[in-house]
Amino acid sequence: MTNLTDLTVAEIRDGFRAGDFSAREVAAAFNANVAAAKALNAFIVETPEKALEAADAADRARAAGEALKPLSGVPIGMKDLFCTEGVQTTAASHMLEGFKPTYESTVSKKLWDAGAGMLGKLNLDQFAMGSSNETSYYGNVISPWRRGGGDNAALAPGGSSGGSSAAISARLCPAATGTDTGGSIRQPAAFTGISGIKPTYGRCSRWGIVAFASSLDQAGPMARTVRDNAILLESMAGFDPKDSTSLDLAVPQWEASLSSDLRGKKVGIPREYRPDGLNAEIAALWDRGIEWLKDAGAEVVEVSLPHTKYALPTYYIIAPAEASSNLARYDGVRYGQRDLPDGAGLQDMYAATRAAGFGPEVKRRIMIGTYVLSAGFYDAYYTQAQKVRALIARDFDQAFEKCDLLLTPTAPSASFALGEKQADPLAMYLNDVFTVPASLAGLPAIAVPGGLDAQGLPLGLQIIGKALDEQTVLNAGLAIEERAGFAARPEKWW
Amino acid sequence: MSIDLQTVKKIASLSRISVTDAEAEAMVPELNNILGWVEQLGEVDVTGVEPMTAVIPNHLRLRDDVVTDGNVRDKVLANAPQAEHGFFAVPKVIE
Repeated sequence: MTNLTDLTVAEIRDGFRAGDFSAREVAAAFNANVAAAKALNAFIVETPEKALEAADAADRARAAGEALKPLSGVPIGMKDLFCTEGVQTTAASHMLEGFKPTYESTVSKKLWDAGAGMLGKLNLDQFAMGSSNETSYYGNVISPWRRGGGDNAALAPGGSSGGSSAAISARLCPAATGTDTGGSIRQPAAFTGISGIKPTYGRCSRWGIVAFASSLDQAGPMARTVRDNAILLESMAGFDPKDSTSLDLAVPQWEASLSSDLRGKKVGIPREYRPDGLNAEIAALWDRGIEWLKDAGAEVVEVSLPHTKYALPTYYIIAPAEASSNLARYDGVRYGQRDLPDGAGLQDMYAATRAAGFGPEVKRRIMIGTYVLSAGFYDAYYTQAQKVRALIARDFDQAFEKCDLLLTPTAPSASFALGEKQADPLAMYLNDVFTVPASLAGLPAIAVPGGLDAQGLPLGLQIIGKALDEQTVLNAGLAIEERAGFAARPEKWW
Repeated sequence: MSIDLQTVKKIASLSRISVTDAEAEAMVPELNNILGWVEQLGEVDVTGVEPMTAVIPNHLRLRDDVVTDGNVRDKVLANAPQAEHGFFAVPKVIE
């Protein structure tokens, strides 16, 4: 019999409809994989009963001959940044330990309404701040991948959606939600050999997602194939009056319109993404990617994004500034932890609560944000960063006069060992060098696996598209997927 | 611009995060390292550039000024560390 946990979302959906297996069998198989993978620490909370409940509903609907929903029979993982009614939601922080929302985030609600079931809440970097999943209060997520040659060093699954990436590549779930502020869907996807798309800013409602940097945060799916991403995104996207930045646009039929025929499309190769010292294996993969897109019928042109080198410093002003403001809500009064030293007043309670509740990276970013927004420094840092952000977005506008999409590497390296970059925050920030520019410009971008490096670790390619043109991004991703033939998977050791 | 111990303590206080002297001292080089790096933005010529506040052109919607939510007091209080008599409870703020 087919191993149900090896199936993609599309295969589960279609097989369930065809009567090849029951939804309960699928949910039970994934529940078993989740329960047997504690060593990966991918989940903060496991909800096998929720997965079974949705599966039973799907089985009953099928037996009764009712119309099935888009994701009937499909269990998924939910990043623990999405508020889920009655199920602990922590953002991987101590601050929110025990917090059980009394409401459901729009994106998760849409997925449940579409028939999906929840396998559990996935671990992440604390408040989504990190690139290696080493800042979670609930412990590091361990990548299921290992370097070849008997090297058993624990590797980073990427971040911040590291629980999602590890769980999908280890076959604990066929798909999961992620959120992406500066690369938090794409970089972990690249590190674990899966795909993930950050849609155009405003496509997915931010309502009910624990906020990090509101002008950048965007939800998106992660899965093993481009088609699965298209399927999930159709259920996640859509207008929501509860989010003032939600785009009031119809959701396209991305899956039905998938086509890897890129004839007539121009692919831009930004020269600034090939700095001196770019990892040779990444450069070689990028060159293969160019050939794959040419093979799919696209024309390749060189383009320039002159302000690329300023994207990371711009991001590390804007994101902490917004975070310092967003995280002001954790005051020990309304929800989450409270630390009340003996005889303390209200101000002391705030300071003690926040000192105990936030991890070091979160404190660091709140303090950077507070500093760049403080009187006397606001214009020099924050206003300047907003202006440079405008120039970065203008670079993309000008490039898209010459091409329809951009092809770049996803991350500057393969996955690294846990602890390797933790001592130096700046070295960690540099991981997002290729993903942050599209975030600053609000553009849709997908990461797809392209191959393995000499150590046997996955490397990814990124496609960035014009605003609202997720279709071209998905199509180019599909063209690469078909040609890369990436079938590698981590050998089970957990 | 580089920040000193006193500035770090001031930022911590503005951030409402209590720090020990040792923590504050450790943060001085850390924050200076990051701030020194982001300062390269100063070299970009931004003459005539408007600061970007919205990435995707989108108009801010208006809606009728009517109550759309409410009567959920117990839900609002459900996660409070301390709630009493239907209110959030905090340490005494007025003597």
